[in-house]
Amino acid sequence: MSKFTKKRGKASPAISTASLPDIIFMLLFFFMVVTVMRSSDRLVDVIVPEATELTKLEKKSLVNQIYIGKPKDQYRDIYGTSPRIQLNDKISDEDDIPIFLEKHKIKVPENQRSKITSSLRVDGEVTMGIVQDVKTALRKANQLKINYSTRPKAN
Amino acid sequence: MLKRKKNNRVSNEVNAGSMADIAFLLLIFFLVTTTIDIDKGITVKLPPWSNEEVDPTKLNKRNVFSVLVNADDQLLVRGELAEVEQLRERTKEFIANPEKREDLAEKPTKAIISLKNDRGTSYETYIQVYNELKAAYNELWTEKLNTMPGYSDAIFNNELPLEIRRQVRAEIPFVLSEAEPTNFGEE
Repeated sequence: MSKFTKKRGKASPAISTASLPDIIFMLLFFFMVVTVMRSSDRLVDVIVPEATELTKLEKKSLVNQIYIGKPKDQYRDIYGTSPRIQLNDKISDEDDIPIFLEKHKIKVPENQRSKITSSLRVDGEVTMGIVQDVKTALRKANQLKINYSTRPKAN
Repeated sequence: MLKRKKNNRVSNEVNAGSMADIAFLLLIFFLVTTTIDIDKGITVKLPPWSNEEVDPTKLNKRNVFSVLVNADDQLLVRGELAEVEQLRERTKEFIANPEKREDLAEKPTKAIISLKNDRGTSYETYIQVYNELKAAYNELWTEKLNTMPGYSDAIFNNELPLEIRRQVRAEIPFVLSEAEPTNFGEE
């Protein structure tokens, strides 16, 4: 009996860790590909509404984001409590939209500029007035492809 | 010559043990910064800006499906109060008009959905209404698609060939006109 156990103990060598870096690198590449760097701090609270008829936005580089919502608690002293527009990392007005769009446009190759989509991330409790102003500004700037960002509805 | 070879062999093996540590470090960095939120939503094509207002009176009344949402988030569909839950079925019936009723659209290509809201309408309600209208079209497109050879169980989505999608959408075009909102109930 003792002979047996002794033999077994001896027979198990250290596991080779040589393939460990490969596995880790694989994971690393996965996360590198799916990572979206959070480019700007959110200054407004946004909880987007739910919907069922969703389209996925494919190319991140062709999307610019417009946030609309009430300013976060810590910014209420500066920006007030009524819903505001956030472009990049600043609270803005709809007058700033054309410049914002133009700044995004110059980063996109010319042949893909017609595919630029504006993603409107609007809080569900916001009234349509400010959304309408943004839509009008987008239409005037000839940015007609928009996407109302929504969460998938749980059935 | 022989001696040299031996020397080389000694320095050949690089210790790869720390490779895992480096990779781990990077991995943890990307794990922390990752936000896997695929941007999803309802895609809309806005009409180009023009100062001319479209005159809705020119249209035949039976072809227009008017949806009004007021500042209290109530729905008025073709002049009568309605619930969001009924909207999808009513829209489908209006566009397809299976019983060839006099007061519904002549044919799907002539149907126009007219959506109007107040400035005080909540965004959530607006999205719900828009979602229902879009869902009605998606269901009709799927039904249409199923009548085509080779697509009897297919669901209409963006993965279908563009040619097929165009064909289906030519039969039932998505026409949704949004009027300028009225100034009621803004905060």
